[in-house]
Amino acid sequence: MSAEKLQTCLWLVQRISASVLAVAVAVHLITIIAAVQGGLTAAEIIARVGGNGAWAAFYGVFVAAAAVHAPIGVRTVLQEMTPLPNFSVNALSALFGIGLLIMGLDAVSILYRLGGG
Amino acid sequence: MRRDHPTWWAFAVHRLSGVGLALFLPVHFYVLALAIEGEARLESFLVWSSQPWVKVAEAGLIFLLAAHLTGGVRLLALEFLPWRDWQKTLVAVSGGLSFGAGLLFLVNAY
Repeated sequence: MSAEKLQTCLWLVQRISASVLAVAVAVHLITIIAAVQGGLTAAEIIARVGGNGAWAAFYGVFVAAAAVHAPIGVRTVLQEMTPLPNFSVNALSALFGIGLLIMGLDAVSILYRLGGG
Repeated sequence: MRRDHPTWWAFAVHRLSGVGLALFLPVHFYVLALAIEGEARLESFLVWSSQPWVKVAEAGLIFLLAAHLTGGVRLLALEFLPWRDWQKTLVAVSGGLSFGAGLLFLVNAY
């Protein structure tokens, strides 16, 4: 893939993932602000996500969108603000995205499996 | 680039909040995954996080998240909708909503 095509492709993917995240982050913010009333407990978090397929699916999509969106942004920052060569910038950004995806889905999976019995 | 223009500050806040959130995400996922060691392990972290200074720091994160959300929606509107004069006003609206979200979190957390 040429550098121009890659840039266009990443621009489009960044906007698509941003559209998904706009909804997910709004839901997340409302959930956080509601959940912190009276203090946040592990039991509350597990009661909400544990064994609940709908919440697990929501957070799964949220994590996937963030794992796509964040590394593209990091790539832009590294390109514009560091002297790193393109190969290193792309490799670091891709590794960051893969790491986020694994860590995020792992966290969702752990919380999901803790509930429901 | 004119730094006295509101859209320059919108750009700067969007970039800084993006970098901040990118650095925070792995920590967030790590903390949530502590639950694998049992509910008590996650609970002990949440008890630690109930200290006043941590709550203020969390309100800062809520501000960053809201700022990145509203700034991102502003960018999407700028790129995909026809130009309207009110798009300049969106900078002020996104700033106001972000501070509002941070304050609402603080009010609810205390």
